[in-house]
Amino acid sequence: MSVMQSPQGQIDIEQLSIVLGDGPHAFEAVQGLDCRIEPGQFVCILGPSGCGKSTLLGALAGHLSPRTGRLRVDGAAVAGPSPQRGMVFQQHTLFPWRTVRDNVAFGLKMQGLGKAERHQAADEMLALVGLKDFADRWPDQLSGGMQQRVEIARVLINRPRLLLMDEPFGALDALTRLNMQELLLDIWTRIRTTVVFVTHDIDEALFLADRLLVMSSRPGRIIEDLRLDFSRPRTTELVTSPEFSRLKRHCLELLRHEDGRQLPRLNPLGLPLENTLPRFAL
Amino acid sequence: MTTFPIRWTSRSASLLLCLLFWHLAASHHWNLGLVTFANVPTPWAVVQAALGLGDSGKLMQHLSSSLGRVFAGYLAALVIGIALGLAIGRSKWAEDLLLPPLEVLRPIPAVAWIPLAILMFPSSELSMVFITFTGALFPILLNTVHGVEGVDPRLIASAKSLGAGRRAILLEVILPGAAPSIITGLAIGMGTSWFCLVTAEMISGQFGIGYYTWESYTIQNYADIVVGMLLIGVLGMGSSLLIKRLGGLFTPWHRPRGKT
Repeated sequence: MSVMQSPQGQIDIEQLSIVLGDGPHAFEAVQGLDCRIEPGQFVCILGPSGCGKSTLLGALAGHLSPRTGRLRVDGAAVAGPSPQRGMVFQQHTLFPWRTVRDNVAFGLKMQGLGKAERHQAADEMLALVGLKDFADRWPDQLSGGMQQRVEIARVLINRPRLLLMDEPFGALDALTRLNMQELLLDIWTRIRTTVVFVTHDIDEALFLADRLLVMSSRPGRIIEDLRLDFSRPRTTELVTSPEFSRLKRHCLELLRHEDGRQLPRLNPLGLPLENTLPRFAL
Repeated sequence: MTTFPIRWTSRSASLLLCLLFWHLAASHHWNLGLVTFANVPTPWAVVQAALGLGDSGKLMQHLSSSLGRVFAGYLAALVIGIALGLAIGRSKWAEDLLLPPLEVLRPIPAVAWIPLAILMFPSSELSMVFITFTGALFPILLNTVHGVEGVDPRLIASAKSLGAGRRAILLEVILPGAAPSIITGLAIGMGTSWFCLVTAEMISGQFGIGYYTWESYTIQNYADIVVGMLLIGVLGMGSSLLIKRLGGLFTPWHRPRGKT
């Protein structure tokens, strides 16, 4: 499984602004972002709640379109969702009506691969995330951590240029979260792809990333761009090292400075859904 | 969690209690003020009427005519209800175009359709099928719209990110996502289709349980009416149960939250 691919997945963001909402409620979620992400880099985006970090991720996935500016992956403008840019949400989005194996094989089915072939590939991918024995289960029979592992396997089977993750471990308990972080780094060394990982957990961001982008409160702008040169493979001991603590303090100060007002959470599909009145009598 | 035999015992006991109440009320001509059982046939009279119907040799013809009408109307409602429901649930355009007339038609009771149904269709058979169709259509349509709109937009977004096109999204995400709700609509629609049977078979014919019930009323044969009513009740319940069971086979992943 350890196929090293030629580096792909360079992201160019130029003067990117994204507007959410309609009419008088419209607001700029992110404003004037400029950034280049190198192929194969593990980038974490850190920022206060509602700052537009998930919005940026949604735009990279192709679910949201920019108001102004340009967004390119390997030179091609992002236009709509694509299997080249895989997305993992905070809560899993596995199809409840498909077994774990069929969920993972879904991308290959969309490519038109035969059943035997895609099931074999799915089983290999499941072995990679340590869920070989759960292939025949339904998704709701798995724990939260397992569901996210299946979700990651389902995205990676398409060999995407980008792996976009929106607080993927945010809903897990502390111990599972640590295990998932190590597992993700392990997978990333085998299947090299550019990772853009959104989180509001400073420890998580510092532990995982090659590079850390800190965003301001709304409208989101990049206020800090840190290189993290901790050696890999990284273990949990890193979290207690002095340099880690120093950087954590630095990030805390940045975020504390920014965290002036409480904003509702945004998501990669735009705004949270609102409860609307019934539109019809039926 | 109660075990099966105990639950079946309590279910049968519930039915037997109802029967006992009916027997006491009808044989003692109870008058409860607002409602009186003075002229209600007793269970025994109904059993004798049922045996009479069995002996007449017409029961099978009544049954097959009614089953044919209900299932023809129901099948049409299934196809049209699910198709319209998918369209309305998926597209604002279809919603604006299709929903207003349907909303106006929905409250119209089956009885009110009789004259037009006779005028519009070439045979009385088709008019009757149309009436059972109107009964089943709206529950199926409504639950399909509801199910389609309830599909998590994140699942659709994920499917797109995994390379699904419009067709695959419909078949792989929307339909299975809405399936539990559609099946509920199908089971309710089955019941309402039977609900409209007497109305439908008022139109004409020689056979059909609804016709039999209505005819018994016109000649004031009350025990026969109850036989017809009970037949419709039992058949309606049985076919709804069948739909639920079939639906369960189609949605093996769906496990309703159990009662504790």
